[in-house]
Amino acid sequence: MEIKAIMLLVPALIMFCCGVYGFITRRNMIAILISLELMLNAVDINFAVFNRYLWPDAMEGMFFTLFAIAIAAAETALAIAIIINLYRSAKNIDVRDLNKLKY
Amino acid sequence: MFSNILIWFVVIPLLMLAGLALCRDIKQIRAVAVAGSIALVGLSVKLLVDYLAIRAAGNTDPMLFTGSWTWFAPLHINLAIGVDGISVAMILLSAIIVFAGSFASWTIPQPKAFFLWLILLSTGVFGFFISIDLFTMFMFYEVALIPMYLLIGVWGSGRKEYSAMKLTLMLMGGSAFLMLGLIGIYYHSAPAGQSLTWNILEIVRNNSISHGWQCFLFPMTFVGFGVLGAMFPFHTWSPDGHASAPTAVSMLHAGVLMKLGGYGCFRVAIYLMPHAANELAWIFLVLTGISVVYGAFSACVQTDLKYINAYSSVSHCGLVLFAILMLNTTAMTGAIMQMLSHGLMTALFFALIGMIYGRTHTRDIRAMGGLMKIMPYLSVCYVIAGMASLGLPGLSGFVAEMTIFVGSFQHADVFHRTFTIVACCSIVITAVYILRVVGKLLFGPVQDKHHLELTDATWWERLSTVTLILCVAAIGCFPNFFSNLIRFTFSPDIFAVLGMN
Amino acid sequence: MDATLPILILAIPLGMFLVLGLAGCKMSHKLAGTLGCLGMGTTLVLAYYTAFTYFFSGSPEFVDAAGNRLQALIFNQTWLAFTDNLVIRLGFLLDPISAMMLVVITTISFMVHLYSMGYMRDHHGVYEHGFQRFYAFLSLFSFSMLGLVVATNIFQMYIFWELVGASSYLLIGFYYVKPSAVSASKKAFIVTRFADLGFLIGILILSYYTGTFNFTELTSAPVEGLAGVFQISESTAAGVKSVFESSATPVFMGASVLTWALVLIFMGGMGKSAMLPLHIWLPDAMEGPTPVSALIHAATMVVAGVYLVARLFPLYLMEVSALEFVTWVGALTALYAAIVACTQIDIKRVLAFSTISQIAFMMVSLGVARPEMHEGLGYMASMFHLFTHAMFKALLFLGAGALIHAIGSNDYTEMHGLRKYMPITHWTFLIGCLAIAGIIPFSGFFSKDEILSSCLGNSTVIYVWMSLVAGLTAFYMFRLYYLIFWWKEHKVHEGHHAPHDQPWTMSLPLIILAAISLVAGFIPFGKFVTWNGKSYDFMAHFDWSVAAVSLFVAVVAIAIATVMYRKENPLPEKMRAAMPGLWKWAHHRFYWDELYMFITHRIIFDGICRPIAWFDRHIIDGTMDAFATITNKASRAIKPLQSGQVQLYVWWYLLGALALGGITMLCLL
Repeated sequence: MEIKAIMLLVPALIMFCCGVYGFITRRNMIAILISLELMLNAVDINFAVFNRYLWPDAMEGMFFTLFAIAIAAAETALAIAIIINLYRSAKNIDVRDLNKLKY
Repeated sequence: MFSNILIWFVVIPLLMLAGLALCRDIKQIRAVAVAGSIALVGLSVKLLVDYLAIRAAGNTDPMLFTGSWTWFAPLHINLAIGVDGISVAMILLSAIIVFAGSFASWTIPQPKAFFLWLILLSTGVFGFFISIDLFTMFMFYEVALIPMYLLIGVWGSGRKEYSAMKLTLMLMGGSAFLMLGLIGIYYHSAPAGQSLTWNILEIVRNNSISHGWQCFLFPMTFVGFGVLGAMFPFHTWSPDGHASAPTAVSMLHAGVLMKLGGYGCFRVAIYLMPHAANELAWIFLVLTGISVVYGAFSACVQTDLKYINAYSSVSHCGLVLFAILMLNTTAMTGAIMQMLSHGLMTALFFALIGMIYGRTHTRDIRAMGGLMKIMPYLSVCYVIAGMASLGLPGLSGFVAEMTIFVGSFQHADVFHRTFTIVACCSIVITAVYILRVVGKLLFGPVQDKHHLELTDATWWERLSTVTLILCVAAIGCFPNFFSNLIRFTFSPDIFAVLGMN
Repeated sequence: MDATLPILILAIPLGMFLVLGLAGCKMSHKLAGTLGCLGMGTTLVLAYYTAFTYFFSGSPEFVDAAGNRLQALIFNQTWLAFTDNLVIRLGFLLDPISAMMLVVITTISFMVHLYSMGYMRDHHGVYEHGFQRFYAFLSLFSFSMLGLVVATNIFQMYIFWELVGASSYLLIGFYYVKPSAVSASKKAFIVTRFADLGFLIGILILSYYTGTFNFTELTSAPVEGLAGVFQISESTAAGVKSVFESSATPVFMGASVLTWALVLIFMGGMGKSAMLPLHIWLPDAMEGPTPVSALIHAATMVVAGVYLVARLFPLYLMEVSALEFVTWVGALTALYAAIVACTQIDIKRVLAFSTISQIAFMMVSLGVARPEMHEGLGYMASMFHLFTHAMFKALLFLGAGALIHAIGSNDYTEMHGLRKYMPITHWTFLIGCLAIAGIIPFSGFFSKDEILSSCLGNSTVIYVWMSLVAGLTAFYMFRLYYLIFWWKEHKVHEGHHAPHDQPWTMSLPLIILAAISLVAGFIPFGKFVTWNGKSYDFMAHFDWSVAAVSLFVAVVAIAIATVMYRKENPLPEKMRAAMPGLWKWAHHRFYWDELYMFITHRIIFDGICRPIAWFDRHIIDGTMDAFATITNKASRAIKPLQSGQVQLYVWWYLLGALALGGITMLCLL
């Protein structure tokens, strides 16, 4: 069976929507971070898929995916560090309560 | 560049700033302030002498000591400078008031920062008066305005944050109009195909602002500068601002900064757009005519000394704009003389109020009385300032007001006549509020027994007031000198355009 | 004539003011007083010399071949140029009236300087606080008044007019600790300032149409061959009138513009000369030291209004309606002030109202003067009365000052029967009273008689009216005289020493002024002061029937006063009970002060100033604050959108993206 692009894109879309939903609704910062990663990975899949199906000769999509994975790793590390520090000072990682710096 | 005398009016304050930055104690700060302000006074006197000498030699250029240095070529922004009789008079006024103001703030707390901002302010003022490039003029204008916020907000009294904010925001609002107007002028400064310019003299020579644009740009610039000139109904920053400002700042603000408004109205709004001025003057004549009596009536019932003076300034500065709008040589000469006169006497008033407030710690006239017995020197000065304000011959107010009235009366139509007579009424109302405050504050029995222990003026206060009184009397006794300095400056071309005498 | 002396006449008092004002507090009292007297004495000599030269030298500058007196511009220095034509000059115009005024002012001023040396110290010889300041102000006043009378143009007059007002303000408020003195000085300044507003507008109108401020160009023509010499000329005044008539709007609101100008200028005179309804400041001005009242508020400053009209008289002649206005204002004021003077208790106030009434006489006299009648007798009579009145009124005031100094009160109820204690004061005061009542041969008789003659020449109504006022004058003056010096024996309180005559510095001026009042009537004034400079013998116009009638009226009035007030008796009480309404109104000066209080406080302060101040704070400033408040509120309102919660932003982003996408789809479909 030939694997069509749509068969890869639909799960990616589902993944992305789950990520959006999680990002919007979750209050725990860790969960938000996970949702963010979900969205990123969905996008990475899209990059790879489009590259493979539309411009098989080119490699930019692949490189971009790799690049995004690397960035995501760094970003996650940074975010986790911030969250841990926040938790140390506020004993809380609920985003709705963390409004000390607002306005 | 430095061979031009005018540049030094900006350089000296900048040097003073550098000197102040190095100062370690109050004595050094005072030394820098006094030396700098004496240098400024000396320089402005030299400028006056040179100016008169060149004029006497038969030079009839509209501006003397001109010079222009490119600053930002793509937008044709130059540091263009030059003076005529009016600017010379204004520079002299500013130098004298900076001098008197330095002595009036002899014992201010945090002197270093205070003088830094004060000198920065005066840099702006001098820069404004020497500029003939609209852009640099506007820049110096802003340089003069911003320090005001800090000077009032930090060293002020009463509701100082509120007042400082109000003053700054209202003046900035005016600046917004002004900037719009100036940019508009810039884009119409030259006929199509020629390069644009910010230089006032070139704009006048090109005479290329179309009638329609004049009618749009004239109100913009006039209102923009009018806000600083305390034109009704944009005057309300003045009472609060003056009431909260420290002594020297009130002096400089009422004495010089409000003059920037009148000067700008003349130099930019009317000089560059005479047609629109001729057509639209009536609107502003109504507003300024209202200012004159309205300010005077309001001053009649105030109880705070500074409020009385602030409203009095509204009335007197209203007269300045009123006279400028009369668009004839005599009235405009009167307007500039009124600027000089008001600058000096109101600075004197604010200096005295500051000195009295520093002793009694109140500015409420109901809580004071009989100060003549306690501090005769300050009281006599106050009476002299009052007399100058209500137009006693021999002091400056009289000659300025009379020149304005005679000039205004040269318009034969009912509208101008009516407003001239309305403006004349202010001399009576002025007498009412001045004598009211003099009677309550200085005469009569002593209200508060604690005041009996107060002392009279110190030497620096005496120096500050005597300087101002001498200048007020000089204008009042030898008005023709100042009048001629100003009168022969008005280039006949702008009046020729208007078809007036 | 050389300009040195005239310059000195002005410069010495000014210099004295500066010296005494700046260095006075460093000087001893005696030195300051002596300096002041010396300065004024020098000025007096110079002024007498100048006037003498003017009247008697016969130089062609001052009198032409036909014997007409001319106007000479001794010097005329540019002070401030408004335009090429409208130039304020400071100068010295010598003509009959200015020469006469020089004499009057310096005489009275010197007498007052001398008198104050005694008056301004208490019974132990201790000088009053501010003695040097007093002399400085007196010098300032003398300078301003001299500058006023020698003015060469109407603006110079206005300048010195204002200076005179200011020095009057300073002198009335001399006792600045007394609230009543402070408010009196304020009132005087503001009322006259209001009048000056009219004066100023009048000047503006006049100068706009004629293009000049100079008196010489308004009222006289240059004399051929002599620079700076002019002759009063009706044709110049007629020329001025024709300028007005040929202007764009010759008539404004029913009266010609020239009339408006003249009436407005006269308004300035009404203020300074305390004519109805601007008279209210003068009685209050008596709060000042008595020598000041004698100098300023009796003899010199208050006649400035009369002098002003006299100065512009040829112009007034061109507009008879303006002259009639002057007449009726004068007539009403004369009667009003005379009635009020009959009921006052304070002796200085009686004299103040008497002054108002007498100045009104001068005004009426100018108002009825016409060249075709007795060669303008009214003008000469007015100036004559100005001269004699200055002398006898100064005498009366200085006498009153002596009484106040001795008794320590202004109230005649505390005086009574002083004739034995203070003989010099008594006799000189009596001479003053006889002079003002118009008894032959005292000076007032002659001048008043001429005024009445010229009134009769103009209109019988005015004549009868003014004769009645003259009778009232005699009555109230003798009422005052008897109440002070007779009525009943003086009681000397325990512990007080009996009142006595004053030191020579005070007596000498009284005696000199009394002597002048005695003989001044015989000066042939018509030879010196006439409206157009032509001298004539006024005895030719002397009307014995008028003289007899006025003498009769005066004698009857004095007789009534004698019956009522010589000895203590119930007649005055009965009189008062007979017309309680009139008495009450007159005693309260017909409630003018209350009316003005109402206008100034209720209408101007409460009705205009306070609402405007409120409007400014709440409406204008409120609007400005409202801009700030609205900006603030708006930013608060939209602040929650910028909550910092990224999740909310995402919601908005999603919604926005979906909406945009939807719209794009719709558009594409």
